[in-house]
Amino acid sequence: MKSISFRRRATDRIMKTLFLLSVFLVILPLFLIFFDLLWKGAKELKWSLLTDLPRPVGEPGGGIANGIAGTLTLAGLAMAGGIPLAVLSGIYLAEYGKGVLASLVRFAVDLLAGVPSIIMGIFGYVLWVLPMKRFSAWAGASALAMIFIPIVVRTTEEMLKTVPVPVREAALALGIERWKTTLFITVRTASAGIITGILLAMARILGETAPLLFTALGNQFWQTGLDQPIAAVPLQVFSYAISPYDDWHDKAWAGAVVLILMVLVLSIGARILTRERS
Amino acid sequence: MDNAIEVRNLSSWFGQNQVLKDITMDIRRNSVTSVMGPSGCGKSTFIRCLNRMHDLTPGFRMTGEILFDGRNIITEKIDPVLLRRKVGMVFQQPNPFPRMSVYDNVAVGLRLNGGGKSRGEIADVVEKSLRMAAIWDELKDHLDRAGASLSGGQQQRLCIARALAVEPEVLLMDEPCSALDPVSTAKIEELIEDLGDRYTIVVVTHNMQQAARISDSVAFFLMGVLVEMDKSAKMFTNPSDKRTEEYITGRFG
Repeated sequence: MKSISFRRRATDRIMKTLFLLSVFLVILPLFLIFFDLLWKGAKELKWSLLTDLPRPVGEPGGGIANGIAGTLTLAGLAMAGGIPLAVLSGIYLAEYGKGVLASLVRFAVDLLAGVPSIIMGIFGYVLWVLPMKRFSAWAGASALAMIFIPIVVRTTEEMLKTVPVPVREAALALGIERWKTTLFITVRTASAGIITGILLAMARILGETAPLLFTALGNQFWQTGLDQPIAAVPLQVFSYAISPYDDWHDKAWAGAVVLILMVLVLSIGARILTRERS
Repeated sequence: MDNAIEVRNLSSWFGQNQVLKDITMDIRRNSVTSVMGPSGCGKSTFIRCLNRMHDLTPGFRMTGEILFDGRNIITEKIDPVLLRRKVGMVFQQPNPFPRMSVYDNVAVGLRLNGGGKSRGEIADVVEKSLRMAAIWDELKDHLDRAGASLSGGQQQRLCIARALAVEPEVLLMDEPCSALDPVSTAKIEELIEDLGDRYTIVVVTHNMQQAARISDSVAFFLMGVLVEMDKSAKMFTNPSDKRTEEYITGRFG
């Protein structure tokens, strides 16, 4: 038999190289960003960064502990409200969404997902800040929830649609009611994908700055209540970065590292908690 | 011997397309009935009528009577959920619940269907069902393995155990062996013969040898019509209808 032609082998090589090169180019910026942050933030990456409150300019030390707590509070509130709403809406679209209403909902959710995040900030401002006459954690969390929800609605819907019809039929054939089939069989089957969607959306809102500017506002101190302005790491990074002081610039870099690490730790933690035996 | 299911003048349509034409047949209690015929003859459509699996198919409609426990299950008054607990089903492709262990696959029907069984009682039913499906010895030490990680034949027997766990009276099987290798097929066939003493079993197959091996009675479908139904011994040696004879001698289909 004739061996594989030179042309075919060459094409194969070239294509493989192309694919690898693309992957490399995609991943490269990620590493560049991360190492650049580490390099520039190294000076301020100390334990006190995680445990101390911010200090005034020129005073050494100080941290962003209130920002870390604030970011966790804001994201936690947004997710506590957003997950049930978004997952249940996703279930509606995937399992019952066939008529005009569903198309409208789908369209609205897609629009919502495309709204610039600063607009969500204005939404929070109008909904909470104006009537309450103060910036608050509630306002920040609802702005974040508006970003979180449309992403999770659509990923939940897409993931549920990947559950094969025979799996649903098997459940119905056992005499399991339709709503139980949906909640305990279909959703469970798609749970890994739904959780991935939630984590991606979480990573997105952890780093959002614009919607917090005129909702959560930021705070130099520990928050005293959810109806008060609240600190957040991206806000601190933002205000340190636009300041004219060198030591604050260093803190901005270190804060960015903390933000990336928070996303990483929370994502890995959630994966471990929700892992199922295989 | 009495009948578990009596079908009278059953016709059904997908939209404008008539799939079953005036089917009348009796399915005897605690015996194995095979439904055979070439692809597209309506045999799968037929058994899916018996547990109202078509309810969720848009545009599906049926007329006539299917009498089960003395009641016509076609009418709206019958709750299809309760019906399906008595008329279980095994599908062509083994379809264990993907993210569940072997144990949970069998137990889930009991748990979700209420009935307030204790953990111990559920464990008993799981063991009993796996034993009846002739897979307990293979899996008793691997109950926490993922159902989807088993071989195809084991998956199908797991699906049979899952169906048996909710204690049905009738078991519908839609080409249960067509996705399996010959060894697994032999095991499932043996299982069907065993279960036939305790359950009313209706098996769809396009494999005539299989129908001959496992069933007490055979129904032959052709283009939506029930051509002939008889004891399997008679059907394969001395069929009354010429079309049956042509089919079993391999002249078409």
